[in-house]
Amino acid sequence: MNTTERHALPLLITALLLAPVQAARSDDFTKADLERWKQEYMTVVDQGEKLFHGGLQSKNTVSCDQCHPDAANTHPETYPKFQQQLGRVVVLAEMVNWCIENPLESDPLALDDPRMVAIQAYITEQRRKVPLDPGEH
Amino acid sequence: MNGMTRRRFLRQGGALLAAGSLPLSLVEIAFGKSSPENFSFAFLSDSHITHIKGKEFVRNWDRGLIRAVAETNLLDPRPDFIFYGGDIAQLGTPEEIDHGLELLGGLRGDIHYIMGEHDYYLDLGEHWRKQLGPDHYSFDHKGVHFVVLNSILTYDEWTHDKWDTPLRRMKEMARLDNPQGSPFMVGEEQRAWLRNDLAGIDKDTPIVVMSHSPLQKIYKGWNFWTEDAEQVQELLKPFTKVTVLYGHVHQIQYNQIGNISFNSAMATAWPWPYPASFTQEASYLPRLTVNMNRADPFFERDATGWQFINMHTGDVDVHYILPDNRNRVVAFNDKLGHPADTVYQPEPDRIPPQRHY
Repeated sequence: MNTTERHALPLLITALLLAPVQAARSDDFTKADLERWKQEYMTVVDQGEKLFHGGLQSKNTVSCDQCHPDAANTHPETYPKFQQQLGRVVVLAEMVNWCIENPLESDPLALDDPRMVAIQAYITEQRRKVPLDPGEH
Repeated sequence: MNGMTRRRFLRQGGALLAAGSLPLSLVEIAFGKSSPENFSFAFLSDSHITHIKGKEFVRNWDRGLIRAVAETNLLDPRPDFIFYGGDIAQLGTPEEIDHGLELLGGLRGDIHYIMGEHDYYLDLGEHWRKQLGPDHYSFDHKGVHFVVLNSILTYDEWTHDKWDTPLRRMKEMARLDNPQGSPFMVGEEQRAWLRNDLAGIDKDTPIVVMSHSPLQKIYKGWNFWTEDAEQVQELLKPFTKVTVLYGHVHQIQYNQIGNISFNSAMATAWPWPYPASFTQEASYLPRLTVNMNRADPFFERDATGWQFINMHTGDVDVHYILPDNRNRVVAFNDKLGHPADTVYQPEPDRIPPQRHY
């Protein structure tokens, strides 16, 4: 690839990316968009459902659903909140990691690990329509 | 049990609590306050002993059962016997059942066992029965007729035709919230046995039925349910006083349906949320039940427990022994005609952790 081509390629890609953006207005998403986004979301929810039900390969075989059938009693709507035992305000993922490290006796996940995202997606989906109530105990 | 001994019993229970939290239930069967035939028994349930590999078992569940056994052994006066409410094991393997029985072997006193689904669906109860005998039976004790049922059977098609391997079947039934699950039932054969067993019993004899699943319908999605509950209740209807004690639900529940009082047992392993906390489905927790405290997951044994039961005049007082929580007593209330929490019944007396969400 010569110098000209090296510069031209990113420009071309940029032009291609910008073209449809310029053509569409921000409120112009379609039924197909909505369906795709929902499908992307539900795919991750389904991954989370599997992780929650034994898919984490926990070191002692214990799984999230054993204490939380249908992710009940995880109350994602109450986070962030102060956890007395952790001594600070935490987000849901930090509490999920507490469970992974203690009842599951396994290694915690990075907070942006796709598995952590999926677990939170499943937990939150199971609690859909419940109003936010951050800080609640 | 007379008044003095009963007070002594309760005082001991208080001492146990102060010493720090046993998960056990004690039940007193009462026959008339002055009757010498009052007695007590202990009720442990749902230990879910889980094999990891080799000699490793999940420490947390082991500790729950070890603690309950130790606390039960401290009861004074001694209970007449002990019931184990089912789910010794998590996946029904001989390793799990035998390890659980080894821990339960530390109990002082005779133990009567009830079959749980986690003990059954791997080998259809073969190892459990080999170690413990029949899964349904009855006996009489100090004027009370005790009946033990195996209430965790289900439709033959689900048990025999649906799954490739026994382990797959076990894992499907072990998952509480499984949409592929199947409702528990006592079944026609055992109901016929029960009808026959009760035929010779005087209608004024207090009856205590022990089962793993509730012989009432609370929430099908988690199998807090017995499919033929009404048919079983029908067989119990002719008797003046019937009590059903059950495990499986890992939480305090109680109810009254006609002549039948219902009381649940806490698990020694882990607590379950009340079905109403799963907001996407309707459920039917008995109206009478005042919720147990929400579990504090940071305290390993919180919201687990065991019970001792006082029997007097055919009624039961269930004493829930709860680590890190005030113990609770749910006693049959003569005036109200149903079991009632002795402390928390009125709304204003309830404490914040009893509000589940």
